[in-house]
Amino acid sequence: MPGPTRGFLGRTRPARDPRLPPGQYDVGADWPVLTAEPTPRISPETWSITVAGNVEAPTTWDWDGVHALPRSEYRGDIHCVTTWSKFDTQFAGVSLDALWDVARPTPEGRFVMATSKSGYTTNLPLEDLTGGKAWLVWEFDGRPLTVEHGGPVRLLVPHLYFWKSAKWVTKLDVLKRDQQGFWERNGYHDRGDPWRQQRYQGD
Amino acid sequence: MPARIVAPGPWTTATVSGVRRPLPRTVQLRLDVDGRVDHLPGQHYVVRLTAEDGYTAQRSYSVASAPSDPLLELFVERLDDGEVSTYLADVVEPGDTFEVRGPVGGWFAWDGETPALLVGGGTGVVPLVAMVRHARATGREELLRVAVSARTLAELPYADELQAAGAVVVTTREAHGIRPAGRLTAVDLLPLWEQGQTAFVCGSAGFARTAGDLLVGLGFAPSSVRVEQFGPSGS
Repeated sequence: MPGPTRGFLGRTRPARDPRLPPGQYDVGADWPVLTAEPTPRISPETWSITVAGNVEAPTTWDWDGVHALPRSEYRGDIHCVTTWSKFDTQFAGVSLDALWDVARPTPEGRFVMATSKSGYTTNLPLEDLTGGKAWLVWEFDGRPLTVEHGGPVRLLVPHLYFWKSAKWVTKLDVLKRDQQGFWERNGYHDRGDPWRQQRYQGD
Repeated sequence: MPARIVAPGPWTTATVSGVRRPLPRTVQLRLDVDGRVDHLPGQHYVVRLTAEDGYTAQRSYSVASAPSDPLLELFVERLDDGEVSTYLADVVEPGDTFEVRGPVGGWFAWDGETPALLVGGGTGVVPLVAMVRHARATGREELLRVAVSARTLAELPYADELQAAGAVVVTTREAHGIRPAGRLTAVDLLPLWEQGQTAFVCGSAGFARTAGDLLVGLGFAPSSVRVEQFGPSGS
């Protein structure tokens, strides 16, 4: 660890907020938009989510079908690899557990590739998407999720860096072996735990 | 062509070799980076600052220099509530050192060998300048078409270099040549369109979304439009 940077004071910090993982800052009321491709236009009427691959019952839910599942909410923090964190967010949708209960991953299915309408992909261990840790969401702060932020429906995996929470998600493929998604092929970490600063491959 | 480095190496030390403040609220830094690896034009670096009590802050900045430049050039907009950009803009002097890590990113990166349409707004032109410089250094200027937007010409970073490279310049708050003040339109981009181009769009979230929509409207496949955005959404 090198010494301090001459003349750098940083933000006034009476006490570091314990909710802030290392290397992150509190972005406050802002919610930066980061996407790698043009924003797709998806109407709820044509949107669907498919769970397939190593599952016993491959299943597709449309907008009404996913709304018929038990509503589930997330209240808490989100963390972007570009170093902003946002506290006390409120999302609503459905727990991914409700989808797994229907599709039933086989014992060999240990990883998931999430695919978006835009063609964006991201890979995650299945165990990060089970046990009440991950959602499909269509509401933010009580309003429909806007297209910039992944509406009509995005993945929400708040305990990992936010690029794992794929916007405009339409497919979850359960895989036996891990494959790299879009940012993961482009240098970013396969798991992305913000508390361990897993930002880039090799971290 | 430089190797395709997509995962950055370890943190290393950058020594400030030159500091210029070419426009209000901006700073252009020339850095001598220990063990520097050639970047691809379009990639960025992470800057990390450490306070006396061990507190650190890190932010990502696009590279403006070509890979063949022995120094690494960053061009940073000063954000009033930014703790890293205010330090870089207000405090840094030649001879100072801080930590950097990079190059980062394998998506918003030009290969230097295929046609590209570059569309930048404000300080979003910075990674595009690296592409223009690389094309000039390798004698491949014919591969690039450039359109840039700023409030006024005086507020456009690297305005002289971009105009010398033939960039279409759009100014939203003043007329530019025969073009009246106004936002980027499809009419500005249409003459720049060529078969086989990859489009690189960089700017604020609003600019990037508008430019991406214009390109898709012109017939670009969404998969051939690469977008880099910065700043809040305002919501």
